[in-house]
Amino acid sequence: MSNNYYQREYETMSREELKALQSERLVRQVRHVWEHVPYYRGLMEQKGVTPEDIRGIDDLHKLPFISKEDLRLQYPYGLLGTDLKNCVRIHSTSGTTGRRVVAFYTQEDIDIWDDCCARAIVAAGGTDEDVCQIAYGFGLFTGGAGLNGGSHKVGCLTLPMSSGNTDRQIQFMMDLKATILCCTPSYAAFIGESLKEKGYKPEDNSLKAGIFGAEPWTEEMRRGIEEALGIKAYDIYGLTETSGPGVAFECEEQTGMHINEDHFAAEIIDPDTGEVLPLGATGELVLTSLDKEAFPLLRYRTRDITMLSVEPCPCGRTFVKMKKPMGRSDDMLIIRGVNVFPSQIETVLLNEGYAPNYQIIVGRENNTDTLDVNVEMSEGTFSDVVKDMERETARLAQAIKTMLGITPRVHLVAPRSIARSEGKAVRVIDNRKLHD
Amino acid sequence: MSVKQISVFVENKRGALAKVLEDLAGKGVGLRAMTIADTGDFGILRIIVDDNDAVEEALKASETVYSVTDVIACQAADVPGGFAKVLEILMDAGIDIEYTYAFVIRTGEEACAIIRVGDATAGEKALRESGVPLITQEEVMKI
Repeated sequence: MSNNYYQREYETMSREELKALQSERLVRQVRHVWEHVPYYRGLMEQKGVTPEDIRGIDDLHKLPFISKEDLRLQYPYGLLGTDLKNCVRIHSTSGTTGRRVVAFYTQEDIDIWDDCCARAIVAAGGTDEDVCQIAYGFGLFTGGAGLNGGSHKVGCLTLPMSSGNTDRQIQFMMDLKATILCCTPSYAAFIGESLKEKGYKPEDNSLKAGIFGAEPWTEEMRRGIEEALGIKAYDIYGLTETSGPGVAFECEEQTGMHINEDHFAAEIIDPDTGEVLPLGATGELVLTSLDKEAFPLLRYRTRDITMLSVEPCPCGRTFVKMKKPMGRSDDMLIIRGVNVFPSQIETVLLNEGYAPNYQIIVGRENNTDTLDVNVEMSEGTFSDVVKDMERETARLAQAIKTMLGITPRVHLVAPRSIARSEGKAVRVIDNRKLHD
Repeated sequence: MSVKQISVFVENKRGALAKVLEDLAGKGVGLRAMTIADTGDFGILRIIVDDNDAVEEALKASETVYSVTDVIACQAADVPGGFAKVLEILMDAGIDIEYTYAFVIRTGEEACAIIRVGDATAGEKALRESGVPLITQEEVMKI
């Protein structure tokens, strides 16, 4: 059992105590929403639920869901849970997939959020002796602000670098002997490559840990980053809607993320029927804030597909663990009746030595779904001999088939030829909709 | 002894080949020999040029995927059966050919065969021992 707790009294409390705490907080949170958020009150009334029906955490399933669509419709103030004068900050989603979502915070909300991030840093081995380099973006994005607040709480020397300007990141990392790196996993991988290009070996830096999140990543990516930087890489989970990173974080076991259940109640539902699934089942994660003032969300559908486990964790924490999300429920494709997540194809490509630059094209020919995967070519796999290239595409197709159970047609395409919007590649094109 | 061939990944898209060749022209590169292998999705452009460094520089700048391969360049008589004779020698030596292409240097006299085999050194040895004149990198560049 470790001693790496930021708030031992909460992080290791018994499941019974936790249930009592969650129940007490949920009752209060539901009253708060009922009184301050007419939109959600309307949803409750439609479902015939009043605050009196919610006596404890076991009544959670009685409440209506709220979705990202509700948040967009209620932009900007429709879900505000307190007077605007009590709010001290906003954060916002990137808005690439539609209208922006804006989340509000009181000082108390920020304080709790910072605590959640501090727990993540301490679980990754952080103390007040550490130098914490924060290379998440600062600004409307929650990544920089969340880890920055957490790092201050732990008492780390904080380097508020924001993202980008990799040369400067590396200079500060080396000169100020950063020991913890916080950024997106793809940026961590990029920093690793840049260090190598500059002739640094993994042991040349002082880093011991990294806390990476805000985008999907795979175990293969984790191993790559750990090797390139000579660190242990920890996952962190959160959404702007629920405050930001720190809803869940990994401990030294690296076998899933502990959800901060004193602040968030978690459920897994069937994304199609909304039915609550038993513990251990795979489905959509639904989060309920338990002590939010400015932006309380009851039964928020995250669209992240994962599973929960309450197996006792060797780290001593009693909080439920969520698996790394397999993907967003709205990313999930059903091809020939099989559930397919783009992240599965990404895993195969990384295993086979390709960069995760790919595009999935789903179509329908003679009433059968087709799966085409375009993969960006790399120097390492190119050959001047056609036979070798054909063998390479066949090998990739076989590896994808082994993972998905569906045989794809693999096409090698030129580097950087897959369309990117705001730095993110467009991963999936589903042409079947045209025929529906 | 062998000659460097540059092989370039070219997507099967309108203008893709022209783009590569324009990039090379921009560097003042002259093509000595060229062939394309085409598959459904892409082609492999194989070229022998007068300035390998300039080509690599141009391809790197445009982030084009390429590789540099050792190939055999040898003389064949520009008469019926001239090339067949070369292939026979390799066949007898047990050397399998991945691909080959040829071009005429002086009509009726001399042609140049480019041959890609698994082991260029072994292939050259077999040809040399049978008296087939090999063409060096310097000579190819001057053609």
